[in-house]
Amino acid sequence: MSKLNSHPYIPNFGAEIQAEMLREIGATSVDEFFECIPDELRFKGKLDLPEPILSEAALKRHIEKIAAKNTSANEAISFLGGGCWNHYVPASCDEINSRSEFLTAYAGDPYEDHGRFQALFEYESMMAELLEMDVCNVPTYDGTQAAGTALRMAARITGRNRVLVPALMNPDRMKAIKTYLSPDISVDTIEAANDLTLDTARLKNKLTSDTAALFIENPAFLGVIETRGGEMARAARENGSLFVVCCDPSSLGALTPPSGYGADIACGEIQPLGIHMHYGGGRGGFIATRDEEQYVQEFPSRLFGIAPTTHGEWGFGDVAWERTSFAKRENAKEFVGTAAALWGITAGVYLATMGPSGMAELGTGLMRRARHLANKLAALPGVRIPTTAPFFKEFPVCFRDTGKSVEAINKALLVRGIFGGHDLSPDYPNVQNTALYAVSETHTQADMDALVRALAEILKA
Amino acid sequence: MTSRARLGLIVNPIAGMGGRVGLKGTDGGDTLRLAVERGAVPRAGERAAQALRALLERREPPDDAVLYAGAGEMGERAARDAGFAAVIVGKKRTCGPTGPEDTREAALRMMEEGVSLILFAGGDGTARDIHAAAGERQTVLGIPAGVKIHSAAFARSPAQAGILAALYLSGRSAVRERLAEVMDIDEEAYRGGVLRATLYGYLRIPHERGRVQGLKAGSPASEGAQAAAIAASVAAAIQAEPETLWLIGAGSTTRCLKEALGDSGALLGIDAYMGGAFAGWDMNERGILNMIAKHGARQVKIVLTPIGGQGFLLGRGNQQLSPEVIRLAGKQNLVVLATPNKLHALAGGPLLSDTGDPALDAELEGYYRVITGCEQFSMYALRAV
Amino acid sequence: MEMGKRDMNKKIRSYHQARWDEPIIFELSRPGERGILLPEAEPEVRAAGVPELGAMARKTPPALPEMSQMRVLKHYMHLSQENIGADETVDIGQGTCTMKYSPKINDRLASLPAFADTHPRQDESTVQGTLEILYKTEQYMKAISGMDRFCLHPGGGSQAILAIATIIRDWVDDQGLGEQKDEIITTIFSHPSNPACAAIKGFKLITIYPDKDGRPDLEALKAAVNERTAGLLITNPEDIGIYNSRIKEFTKLVHDAGGLCSYDQANANALLGITRAREADFDLCFFNVHKTFSSPHGCGGPGCGVVGVRESLVKYLPAPLVGYDENNDRYFLDWESPSRTARVKDFYGVLPAIIRGFAWILSLGGDNLREVSRAAVLNNNYVFKKITAMRGADAPYAEGEYRMEQVRYSLQRLREETGVGVASVINRMFDFGMHLWSSHEPWIVPEPFTVEPTESYSKAELDEYLAVLEQVITECYETPGVVLAAPHNAAIRHVDHDVLDDPARWAITWRAYRRKYSGYFEPRG
Repeated sequence: MSKLNSHPYIPNFGAEIQAEMLREIGATSVDEFFECIPDELRFKGKLDLPEPILSEAALKRHIEKIAAKNTSANEAISFLGGGCWNHYVPASCDEINSRSEFLTAYAGDPYEDHGRFQALFEYESMMAELLEMDVCNVPTYDGTQAAGTALRMAARITGRNRVLVPALMNPDRMKAIKTYLSPDISVDTIEAANDLTLDTARLKNKLTSDTAALFIENPAFLGVIETRGGEMARAARENGSLFVVCCDPSSLGALTPPSGYGADIACGEIQPLGIHMHYGGGRGGFIATRDEEQYVQEFPSRLFGIAPTTHGEWGFGDVAWERTSFAKRENAKEFVGTAAALWGITAGVYLATMGPSGMAELGTGLMRRARHLANKLAALPGVRIPTTAPFFKEFPVCFRDTGKSVEAINKALLVRGIFGGHDLSPDYPNVQNTALYAVSETHTQADMDALVRALAEILKA
Repeated sequence: MTSRARLGLIVNPIAGMGGRVGLKGTDGGDTLRLAVERGAVPRAGERAAQALRALLERREPPDDAVLYAGAGEMGERAARDAGFAAVIVGKKRTCGPTGPEDTREAALRMMEEGVSLILFAGGDGTARDIHAAAGERQTVLGIPAGVKIHSAAFARSPAQAGILAALYLSGRSAVRERLAEVMDIDEEAYRGGVLRATLYGYLRIPHERGRVQGLKAGSPASEGAQAAAIAASVAAAIQAEPETLWLIGAGSTTRCLKEALGDSGALLGIDAYMGGAFAGWDMNERGILNMIAKHGARQVKIVLTPIGGQGFLLGRGNQQLSPEVIRLAGKQNLVVLATPNKLHALAGGPLLSDTGDPALDAELEGYYRVITGCEQFSMYALRAV
Repeated sequence: MEMGKRDMNKKIRSYHQARWDEPIIFELSRPGERGILLPEAEPEVRAAGVPELGAMARKTPPALPEMSQMRVLKHYMHLSQENIGADETVDIGQGTCTMKYSPKINDRLASLPAFADTHPRQDESTVQGTLEILYKTEQYMKAISGMDRFCLHPGGGSQAILAIATIIRDWVDDQGLGEQKDEIITTIFSHPSNPACAAIKGFKLITIYPDKDGRPDLEALKAAVNERTAGLLITNPEDIGIYNSRIKEFTKLVHDAGGLCSYDQANANALLGITRAREADFDLCFFNVHKTFSSPHGCGGPGCGVVGVRESLVKYLPAPLVGYDENNDRYFLDWESPSRTARVKDFYGVLPAIIRGFAWILSLGGDNLREVSRAAVLNNNYVFKKITAMRGADAPYAEGEYRMEQVRYSLQRLREETGVGVASVINRMFDFGMHLWSSHEPWIVPEPFTVEPTESYSKAELDEYLAVLEQVITECYETPGVVLAAPHNAAIRHVDHDVLDDPARWAITWRAYRRKYSGYFEPRG
């Protein structure tokens, strides 16, 4: 391989320009700058990396070949859900989040990066309308981090060190929350009722004087809608605990937001709002509260607020309320870093594009498709929907009485170009041969019919 | 929202005259006469004028504040030199040099006028005089014009004093207030080569947060919150060791600790705490030694924080902790507290020890786990002066 | 009309940012407008109806803006023009951020539907391409660092630090030493997330200050290390740009006390192919893919922080990792090992960032990675030489020594001589389209600013930046008023941030603003 004398990503690569710069520095070689690294610390060999693909054309070809080994959810008919969903991404969203002024910006001040501050303030504001709460943060890493932080906030506010969560909550999120809350905050669980909603009858027994928060997902991981939120909020309040609700923003055009049934902190995942799935890599988390000092000062994330300028313009900046309570370690305000700002801007574009009608129609349309599909599946021999509770856009489907495992069924569906709902058995040992089926607003009747037909064939065989 | 800001200026005209001619301090008529004979020229006024000029440049808009100045050399002259029209407070002295009572009088008058801030040009002595009038009620700021200054109530330079004053008067939220130690130096002893400093009290001064908008990471705790955090965690540790005799030194951070332990006493000296209660206040060396003897061979721990602007941990403001006392406690029983801001103000310099016993100072050298927050420590060096 | 003349030799642009005076998006709402139509459910599907929801049925639609599609687009296009990215400016003033070029080809590849539209729960046979990239990226990170395995999950550097603090906690607890080993040591120049994450995991924090040369004080470390030491979190070079040549003494001290050593490699751009975590005896390390490995910063994410560990710590990594079955030429998600149940993030990693990092490394290769660092360090020392020659600017510590890939400077002298501080300088830099960033808290270096050229800008561009900085400094001495009142050429003028510190006056959302104010900041009631 010929030795390069220039590289497109390294303008000052060539010997001549380097010599010119060295002269101005007063050094004779770039090696001089590294003399501070002693010999024993030097890496002496050749990095174990493949030979470079230097030309852009060859790089593109190489990686496109790798991409060709994938089958995307849009090349099949996918009914996968469970925390990540194949909603439609409006072209405007991709257009705006690929603008390099947003894509390649970072941490400038509210002057040169005014656009980013305004876009994120507007994102916070539109989320606030969905959630009907006056404070919403700049996005954190994902809905799971948002839930973890919301629970730690509750612990700081109440001074207590336990939280109560549904036993059937998103199992990966449960693991992550336990990781995040340890070692100082413990996680208790409360069982579901027969219809897979929270068993509110058990609440009084499960809430203790150490419970900082009652946490629910609504809709639940298994898709059901909790309708007794008011009861839960009351029980929590009587116990001196906060009520934390992790909700799905794609539902909030049609469903009452958590603040409408007594939640103190709302949190959740913004992926459904115009963000491609990226194999689970397109995520952002929101946390929202009332506009009260005791809540606002507990946010570790950035909060952008609106401010006046000398010339009557809209200005913005950090609401960086100086922390006044570091007296105990428990009050230390977690951490904050580079998280998901571009996705926040994207979600803003999405919400403005959808508007009130779009969000209402989205919610209604998802519920209709889910009910339609569930009815059709329940009509198949041996197939059962193990809940009578209302569900939003996904629901569990039990195949136990068909004599076939979900694994086998899904393999057969795959051959037919269909991604069946994911198998719940590994995460729910008590729930055998049950899959979680999700619908998207892009599913046509023909798509759903194709699934039903395929299943009918597979179950007969 | 736009009533004009009111600012006071008091100059101690004789401050700093000793230094340049090899004298330490200028209290007392004889020393002043000697200084003048040696050709000492009043400098404080010039420095005050520098501060005012910096303030005018920085202020938006420049002529908004009402300036009250002491008469004649006590501020009127400096204001005129800086081009800042002033309302004169008090009368010019017709005979003799100005003294502490003039400073106090001027301060009291200005406080009656409702000034937001009093700038004073001088040294430790002037700070002490200002304190006698203002206590902790009135926000003040020192323009350094003395010899070596030990009180923490001064800006780094006259220009910095002006800039900080401008920021404070503009009401920007970037400026908070904090308490700063006022050190009382025994000038006569100082002239004899012995530095004896006691903590005289605290002045309330403006303090700028070193922050700009556009954060990448979250915002930090305020000085007050930092001190409260330290106080809370140390108080808990103290309560957990009732058998130990705790000698709690003076300083703004330990003051917070004493308040956390429920003490509302003088807060300027060494207080003793044992078995869940205070056992003695503002103790002197003899009292401390007696108490240690009574307490028996059990553990004695000394809680310290750097006092004043120079980073002294021992030897300024807590001489009651004599070498004998410190030896009885033992180096391992020195508990050091400091807010991160205090450590950063040392700009990389060490904490200092000047117990009067150089051998002891040398023994005490080394790194200490300075308590800088709840469950947070900084390894910081202590050196003999 | 007489035409002006252009100065063909001028070094500084006459810049003005777009100023759209853009309303808040809600002000653009008109009832009846909408931005997109959704697919309608077919009659039979519609007939399935919605469930009985009672109080859970939303009563009033959310008060989102109602706007036509083009209007939404125009609004955000205006905002994008009022923003500045590394693609638009010589972005060397955002020190510690490593604002290097994010190749556009990598953006396109990461956005391919075959990558972007895959669901994390898809059958592994349908995502062999993505799994291959995850697997190979791990191998590249192993090679670059010398560590034995990598977890690619964390969504950024801070989350990587949290993962590391979690690993240290689990490792300590596993040995039954949770009570005894409860201290973590870090330096005052470390990213604030280091002490913050250690505190979340229940550790006490011990901070080391720099010695007079700006390197972490080894004597202080010796005094700090004891049987309670669980770990050391350290960055090298630190954000001030000075390399700690004695790092192996640091790691040895901590190892001898039975603690783990973690390497914050946020500043890895200085050292690619030159020295590694392994050579310095680290047990853990992490990289910021959105810094060193070119993934764009996205206004503050999404990013990616990849965590590397030695073999003995692999069992503490969150599952799943990615494995390769040679016999069947198949990539798979490995849920079995590690055995711990810890998780730090949803799913498997921030793929768009990982794909870009993968492509970037693949396009450069080992030798050119070294050239990246050599160029970054050369560029920095060039800028270092020029800035320290400017009035009012100094670079504290290590006098006479070169620096690595960035430098923290001080404008303390400027402030003392002119009264103008770094905050105003930052605002005035923007009148020329340039960023400047100060420092993380706390400001140990007074009036700080941090410049990190990276390898991506040409000498001419560096000169352009330097010319602007020099111009602004000159203005501080000659016409400070201009600097104090800056910015003048930005999208907006001077913001009064005071309302943001007052609970009664702050408004984090438009609905809060409307509740507290009418018109333009006129308080209600």
